[in-house]
Amino acid sequence: MKKMILPVALGAAFAAASFSVASAGTLEDVKERGKLRCAVSTGLAGFSYTDENGKWQGFDVDYCRAVAAAVLGDADAVEFSPATGKTRFTMLASGEVDILSRNTTWTFSRDVDLKFTFLGVSYYDGQGFMVKKSLGVNSAKELDGATVCIQTGTTTELNLSDYFTAEGMSYEPLAIETNTEGRQNYLADACDVYTTDASGLAASRATFENAADHIILPEIISKEPLGPLVRHGDDQWADIGRWVLNAMKISEEKGITAANVDDMAANSKDPEVKRLLGVSGEMGASIGLDNDFALQAIKAVGNYGEVFERHLGTETKVNLARGLNASWTEGGLQYAPPFR
Amino acid sequence: MSDNSVAFVATSDKPQLPAPQGTTGAVGWVRQNLFSSSLNTVLTLLSIFVVFSVVPGIVDWAFVKSVWNANSLDECRQISDGACWAVVRERYNQFLFGFYPTELYWRPILAFVLLFVALVPALWDNMPGRGKALIFSMAYPFVAFYLIWGGFGGLEYVSSSQLGGLLLTMIIGVAGISFSLPIGIILALSRSSNLPIVKSLAVIFIEFIRGVPLITLLFVAHVLLNYFLPKGVNFDIVLRVVIMVTLFASAYMAEVIRGGLAALPKGQYEAADALGLGYWQSMRLIILPQALKISIPGIVNTFIGLFKDTTLVLIIGLMDPLGLVAPTLGDQRWNGIVVELYAFIAFMFFIFCFAMSRYSMYLERKLHTGHR
Amino acid sequence: MSASTVPADNSFQFSQLWRDARYRSYTIQIIALVVVLSVVMMLISNAVENLEALGKDFNFGFLSEPAGYDIGQMLVEYSAASAHWKAALVGLLNTLLVALLACVSATVLGVFAGILRLSNNWVVSRLMAVYIEGVRNVPLLLQILAWYAVFIHVLPTPKQALKAPVIEGAVYATNRGFYVPGLTLSNGYLFVVGALLASVAGIFVFRKWARKRQEETGQILPLGLISLGLLIVPAALVYFAVGMPIALDYPIAGRFNLQGGLKVGTPLIALWFALSIYSGAFIAEIVRAGIMAISKGQSEAASALGLRPNRTMSLVVLPQALRIIIPPMISNYLNITKNSSLAIAVGYMDLTGTLGGITLNQTGREMECMLLLMATYLVISLSISGVMNAYNESVKLKGR
Repeated sequence: MKKMILPVALGAAFAAASFSVASAGTLEDVKERGKLRCAVSTGLAGFSYTDENGKWQGFDVDYCRAVAAAVLGDADAVEFSPATGKTRFTMLASGEVDILSRNTTWTFSRDVDLKFTFLGVSYYDGQGFMVKKSLGVNSAKELDGATVCIQTGTTTELNLSDYFTAEGMSYEPLAIETNTEGRQNYLADACDVYTTDASGLAASRATFENAADHIILPEIISKEPLGPLVRHGDDQWADIGRWVLNAMKISEEKGITAANVDDMAANSKDPEVKRLLGVSGEMGASIGLDNDFALQAIKAVGNYGEVFERHLGTETKVNLARGLNASWTEGGLQYAPPFR
Repeated sequence: MSDNSVAFVATSDKPQLPAPQGTTGAVGWVRQNLFSSSLNTVLTLLSIFVVFSVVPGIVDWAFVKSVWNANSLDECRQISDGACWAVVRERYNQFLFGFYPTELYWRPILAFVLLFVALVPALWDNMPGRGKALIFSMAYPFVAFYLIWGGFGGLEYVSSSQLGGLLLTMIIGVAGISFSLPIGIILALSRSSNLPIVKSLAVIFIEFIRGVPLITLLFVAHVLLNYFLPKGVNFDIVLRVVIMVTLFASAYMAEVIRGGLAALPKGQYEAADALGLGYWQSMRLIILPQALKISIPGIVNTFIGLFKDTTLVLIIGLMDPLGLVAPTLGDQRWNGIVVELYAFIAFMFFIFCFAMSRYSMYLERKLHTGHR
Repeated sequence: MSASTVPADNSFQFSQLWRDARYRSYTIQIIALVVVLSVVMMLISNAVENLEALGKDFNFGFLSEPAGYDIGQMLVEYSAASAHWKAALVGLLNTLLVALLACVSATVLGVFAGILRLSNNWVVSRLMAVYIEGVRNVPLLLQILAWYAVFIHVLPTPKQALKAPVIEGAVYATNRGFYVPGLTLSNGYLFVVGALLASVAGIFVFRKWARKRQEETGQILPLGLISLGLLIVPAALVYFAVGMPIALDYPIAGRFNLQGGLKVGTPLIALWFALSIYSGAFIAEIVRAGIMAISKGQSEAASALGLRPNRTMSLVVLPQALRIIIPPMISNYLNITKNSSLAIAVGYMDLTGTLGGITLNQTGREMECMLLLMATYLVISLSISGVMNAYNESVKLKGR
């Protein structure tokens, strides 16, 4: 019976090593742990993917790095947990991760019923349709009877059903789990139409061999404000996440980049820049961080525009124009509250 | 009448004639084995046709035209339309170790090597000094746990979110099997005991676990387990999966072992009783050693099944080899490379499972000589 | 024996609960029961507490709310406006459909592969060995994904399929699914169905009679032909008599897809294929082990009686092997049913995909959905093993 004692003892040791009892303050937990735990998508071009060294990269990933830099002073002090559409909310709710940065649409029920706090909008999106040019379709209203690839576990399938019902049209759904599968099915002509967030469509189209053979239809059938979120009930932690995001946007407005951030901190005369970079005032200390938290974040990943251009912008294969996500000074919707 | 006819009687043996042509040698073999009847001929020709229409294409794609040196799928496709193994070459580390820190790879490798060291005394029953070696086998899970996670005594801590690839498969598989064996024994003993309450509890547990798909148990591990735990208590996700996989495997294990218990001749039980042994004594000294021996092939088969089933963890977002396909495809350079990745993963699993199934077949043959 | 040495009741000592064989079994059982019950109670109370803390309640009311999502492949009427329970029902039927299809085809495939694996044709038996070993040692999930990829890439698109039909105007194989003629029912079709059912019953009676006749006279009737005739002729007569109430609905070209007819979607086909091929390999091994367990004397005796090899197999070896084959076969059928839950990997909307997938996601009712899902699978599994065990009892050797 010795054999039985062994696993029990081992199990106990394992449990003891990996038990974690969540305390009241996420910030304290993160600082104590020395690592930020962040849930990202299991793989979506531009937003989260792994590079050849097994490091996570992408738009959503860089936000996590920025928060880690702000809180811990080290952009690499992040543990990434890949989450599927199905598992993401549970992971956050159960305290398995500190923050969820996985292009998640801000809706009433997620905010109120699921009890999460959205930290702002990191990407303004909307659901669109992509079809092959050869079909000769120019509007979503001509899609009666088409086979549509949709990602399940998202708001997409409900929007789609609503839209087709409202237009009095029918369609055949082909449910898929990930963007990768969607791309595969669409390219193999297993569906006529691929519908997901317009950014995702553009990201996918960019990687096609003949991108010009596919068009994204003009109809955008829903509003999809995507952003990072945290659990209800820890306002300090929510504030930190929110203001790291805002700091990235303000930096773009003020022309602060990863390259010139030290220089700006030393020489800038702009009082808001000084407050932002922790040269004057005690803004950081009042949310439990160092005063230069924004400086650390920007230094690590750059401002909002830089992150966008690096992973999604026109220079990349994803090839997305800034559009709605341009800074308000450029006519977009990215408008951060003042830092004072 | 026989008197006046003299029969010819040969005085020496006639020389043996060679067997008729076409029944020996290569021709005979071919005739007997491949073309013995019209149905057989048709089957043979059909099989040969299948082999020839499939194999050359695969060989061509996988070896002749394959590309090993390229930085992206586009580069691969420009060079040739064969398999683009460059992605495997670039990322085999990830598929083996997940996100484990590169400079610490020696730890899982050492754990893997030690696994075989630990397995030797368990599998080789005539090994000299087996008793002492078995102590190491029992200590192995501790050693492996320490090597992989570290965290104290000089080894840097590696968190569960950095585990992935084949390493994760091995962790879940090995932990699942080594924990499920003792639990399976207890369940099997309970189910074949004559205590009605204990028996029915075991039956309920086993039938429940065997009645639902593993995928739902994994969902429970991921989605519901924290509802059932006291508030604020949180398990590591890998541990939760290991718990569920262990429960799952132990129900199957219990049935395999129960089969072993049932296969023992009744005389063994009666002999143990006649010797005046108590329940536990007779189980420990007489019944279980024999029953477990009979069940070993079944246990190995359960393990193979478990090993393959670990791929399901991708559905709850863990990065086993199959789960790593999506983030690889998320990299713009490799977007669209599917077949090569699936083929590589299938190959990896095949090697392990095939080796294990050969071993179980060998055991089956070896044990067959014993009593039946 | 120990009873005689036991002291009188009034000198009962506490340690007897453990030391005395009469009480020990009760003690152990009561302890086991208490431990299990308290663990269960603890889990339940934790769950209640945690749900309360999250402000969630536990009720199944959400099942009657509109589902709001569409499903690709369904056996019953369903639309986005239907309730969640209807979606779950569609999923359940889809699960049963693919499980049934896969059980049948895996059995056929497995029996053939198992017999061929034992064939003395070297090429064939090697080929079967490659199939069995290759398929058994690769995870099913990977195989499902691979087959799906093969189907959507290899089969023609609807446009190409229209130009290259399997049967002009009736059967098309596209990468979105197979299109076959569907049935349009009009008044009076029940008569035809009734005639068919009556024919089936008639065939049973006829077969029984034919067997009796064979035992008495030794004559063998062409059973297959007569059965076929019995099945078709009356139904056909009724069909024309009532005025052809069942018409075929052929698939025709639509704007994007083929329209009309009966569509069997690629996810279903890929899943069916993968499940059959995977489980077929396991069944082949079961069949092989069963046949090998029949002593050689049996087949030699059959040959001595002058039976041809295929008759030996079907009349002597297989019926005996069946007794060994059935128990592991039961667990294989159970595995097929459970493995069909991997459908979500290719977007086939089975029970796990609807109730445990989209419904769970859209309503956020994890607890209710998971409980219902597991309970349903449990019921399916228990009924399959119940039916199969009953069958097993009926073919078991009677004796002793």
